[in-house]
Amino acid sequence: MIDTTAAILLSMIAAATPLVFAATGELVTEKSGVLNLGVEGMMLLGAVSGFATTVATGSPVLGVVAGALAGIGMSLLFAFLTLTMLANQVASGLALTLFGVGLSALIGQDFVGTPMDALPKLAIPVISDLPLIGPVLFGHDPLVYLSVALVGAVYWFLNHSRGGLVLRAVGENHHAAHAIGYHVIGIRYLAVMFGGAMSGIGGAYLSLAYTPMWIENMTAGRGWIALALVVFATWKPGWVLIGAYLFGGVTIAQLHIQGLGVDIPSQFLSMLPYLATILVLVMISRDSLRIRLNAPACIGKVFHPDS
Amino acid sequence: MIKKLLGTAAAAALAVGLMAGNATAQTKVGFIYVGPVGDHGWTYRHDQGRLAIEKEFGDKVKTTYVESVSEGADAERVIRKLAQEGHDLIFTTSFGFMNPTLKVAKQFPNVKFEHATGYKRDANVSTYAARFYEGRHVAGLLAGKVTKSNVVGYIASFPIPEVVRGINAFTMALRSVKPEAEVKVVWVNTWYDPGKESDAAKALIDQGADVISQHTDSPAPVQIAQERGVWAIGQASDMSKFAPKSHMTAILDIWDHYYIARVKAVMDGTWQSQDVWDGLDKGMLAMAPYNEALPADAVAMAEQAVADIKSGKLHPFTGPIKDQSGKVVVKAGERLDDKALLTMDWYVEGVQGKLPK
Amino acid sequence: MLLKLEPRGERSKVMIYATPFIAIALTLFFGAGLFALMGHAPQTALYTFFIKPVSDVYGMSELLVKATPLILCAVGLAIGFRANVWNIGAEGQLIAGAIAGGGMALLFHDSQGLWLLPLMIVTGIAGGMAWAAIPAFLKTRFNANEILTSLMLTYVATLLLSYLVNGPYRDPDGFNFPESRIFHDAATLPILFEGSRVSISAIIALFVVLAAWMLLSRSLIGFQIRVIGMTPSAGSFAGFSAKGIIWFTLLVSGGLAGLAGISEVAGPIGQLLPVISPGYGFTAIIVAFLGRLHPVGILFAGLLMALSYIGGEAVQIDMGMPLAVTGVFQGMLLFFLLSADVLIRYRIRRVAARPVTVKARAE
Repeated sequence: MIDTTAAILLSMIAAATPLVFAATGELVTEKSGVLNLGVEGMMLLGAVSGFATTVATGSPVLGVVAGALAGIGMSLLFAFLTLTMLANQVASGLALTLFGVGLSALIGQDFVGTPMDALPKLAIPVISDLPLIGPVLFGHDPLVYLSVALVGAVYWFLNHSRGGLVLRAVGENHHAAHAIGYHVIGIRYLAVMFGGAMSGIGGAYLSLAYTPMWIENMTAGRGWIALALVVFATWKPGWVLIGAYLFGGVTIAQLHIQGLGVDIPSQFLSMLPYLATILVLVMISRDSLRIRLNAPACIGKVFHPDS
Repeated sequence: MIKKLLGTAAAAALAVGLMAGNATAQTKVGFIYVGPVGDHGWTYRHDQGRLAIEKEFGDKVKTTYVESVSEGADAERVIRKLAQEGHDLIFTTSFGFMNPTLKVAKQFPNVKFEHATGYKRDANVSTYAARFYEGRHVAGLLAGKVTKSNVVGYIASFPIPEVVRGINAFTMALRSVKPEAEVKVVWVNTWYDPGKESDAAKALIDQGADVISQHTDSPAPVQIAQERGVWAIGQASDMSKFAPKSHMTAILDIWDHYYIARVKAVMDGTWQSQDVWDGLDKGMLAMAPYNEALPADAVAMAEQAVADIKSGKLHPFTGPIKDQSGKVVVKAGERLDDKALLTMDWYVEGVQGKLPK
Repeated sequence: MLLKLEPRGERSKVMIYATPFIAIALTLFFGAGLFALMGHAPQTALYTFFIKPVSDVYGMSELLVKATPLILCAVGLAIGFRANVWNIGAEGQLIAGAIAGGGMALLFHDSQGLWLLPLMIVTGIAGGMAWAAIPAFLKTRFNANEILTSLMLTYVATLLLSYLVNGPYRDPDGFNFPESRIFHDAATLPILFEGSRVSISAIIALFVVLAAWMLLSRSLIGFQIRVIGMTPSAGSFAGFSAKGIIWFTLLVSGGLAGLAGISEVAGPIGQLLPVISPGYGFTAIIVAFLGRLHPVGILFAGLLMALSYIGGEAVQIDMGMPLAVTGVFQGMLLFFLLSADVLIRYRIRRVAARPVTVKARAE
């Protein structure tokens, strides 16, 4: 029983980690008042760049860095379109995903079918052998710990740092922030780039750690789930972690239920993660005031200093 | 400026078109794929077949493909365009292309069509499929030889007859070696999503499976098997480089010979509509090299089975076959006919869980 | 020297019509570069992408076939987007419409009655509406964000369709393959031109465009939608119900997506399959914004978007270009189209190279 629980938790954390990265990055982007729906495209670029770099250099660290840089590159394209050229954010984000699917396939052509070793997992003697706690807490690759640390750092940044205050102010009322003298566009550029970097790392996690390989479209819709998780989290970093683990946990649990041989069509079991997310969102959304306080008021709105 | 650009473009395209029209000696072969060429699975293998045609015939053929075509309304347009553009032979490589293929074939009686895995034919439409269940039988034998926990995991995509047939062939072979062994099936409801496939592999291993078999396209399950130190069987391609220690063998899709033969038939003018369901004997599927770490008797057993299937001595669906309730469905010595195999929607004894009806 | 965007006093009438052409010119220019870079003859590629697919009657008809579901979904979405109702689950509502309407065709498969097709269309619309009613209910009753609920329900609809065609909807004579019966003639939309696949759904889409235009510009609810869209809080002062608008826009967009769904399965597809849409509901979001949330704009945007897909198929067939290249090109086209719109509200000015913020504050 303990073994099973530990096993489910272990798989759950791996399944949730790419979502944690991408959703936390997108949360910061959205907090600055920008809605970037191109997460899927940025993740794909991160996945293929991370993989190609690691294969070429043999260094997974460089791979992760390349994933982040690729995500930043994509996000800069988006930022240029929406912040400099003032294009519509929703449509530009979707176009970015179309673009990313194509571009990643183009880059990845020669890497399909190339094998690679997964990132090594941390193993600490004695502690790693403890029942339940050992494997669940200490059986992961370094990126998993990084994702949790990231959530903590973003929480601290948004709520306890001056930079976070400025970022939130920009997302809340860009004209007011501009009037006080903040460089709205510059701050948003940084927030979008951070989102891109995290999506890129999320993608690289898939191609380097989770399933070390490159195949086209390997994100399989995880960018969309990450976007939904930001909404689910009501723009609070801690809840991103909860949401991603909930989604991952239900996904793994339904596979385990299938393995036990229950008499329910698998399609219905596969619906469970989506339904569970809706259900929990409904439960936590009833306090409407709290959500309104967290949702950035300027999200998706075009900003120009003179208008 | 733009007008001029387009004008010259039109002229250039016209010239290209005329050139293509003149080169009648060249046989044009078109392919429509349901997935991207880079899926490393089903579509990738068909594209390998396309490349084999190019290699075989060189300048005498020209091949074309359209990838990631949705099985909905898009398919008919793409197939029609291929026909319209002067392709002599068109391969439609997914079951969902069946009705569009037949519809277009009626409008282009001089174009030959080859539809994979379907059951509707016409004067200019052949169907072809591989008896992958023969490979599943061999894989099942190996699994029976190596399993210690007597629990074998099976990652399945969608509950269609092809997949159910594979599960049953695998399970029967497994239990012919280890009568008490059982097969756990997890449906992932996708043909390829490496993340989900690896999650399914982990869940099955966590539930005691020490062999993983898959009817999905990505190498993720064999990677997980290696990480967890259990055996696995690859799908479509040789996946051994993804898991050199765990990869027992793989059931390879090999369309090359068939595609070359059909193109040759078109060139010779001998092409006729047919219904092909070829197996190991014709080389439409094959077993990847067996892992060297496998026990010698296991490999010998697998090789013997391949030889017997090829010679016709062994048929994987030979009775007695019991369904899940223990009822004898096929009496000893009898064989399931192809119709029963094609429509299979029930589990044999030894598969855990119910097949949704 | 720097380039700076300077707001125009009002929207430029010229630019409203000129920007798409500017964008297309830019796409042709940079597209030529992209194709050349990939080793394909640029002029041939551009011709094959944009002109050849629609250079004959059949090509034109296929453009309509591809554009119709996009336009139907996008018009509905645009009505919601104008009121800040973010339904991004049109894909799921499309599938729900196909499930409900297609279910009627299967239920009455032995009937040839003239009533069957209208019944299918009505249930198709109702199916889409019902699927959109879930986010509407959760939003108005529990304050649950419709972005999440509508998106998640798309996955649920896809799985539900998969279950149905593998189970209750399966063709009893179909070798247990996951397909329904083929709909008979009485359950299939009439074709407009012999030899094409354009059904009356194209006419319906045109009618929907006009009706939505009237609704948004002339009706009271259209006015309310515009008011709420501009200032969310204004609605309650003006005395109309924000909840009512949420229900209305979600039901309309869901109904239209459902209509698109039933039109696909009772039209060019002619049966229910596990996959009935290549993501029309998602692409429609782009179409809605490309059309600037205006029904007539959406009509043109839908046609252009459809052309970009059909052109992508054409360059694969004619030039052996991989789908990846066409995807990149399509992304580029969209980037130019979306960013060129800036010229409607802003003009580009040269300014001296000094920090913009300082200048802004000095004003």
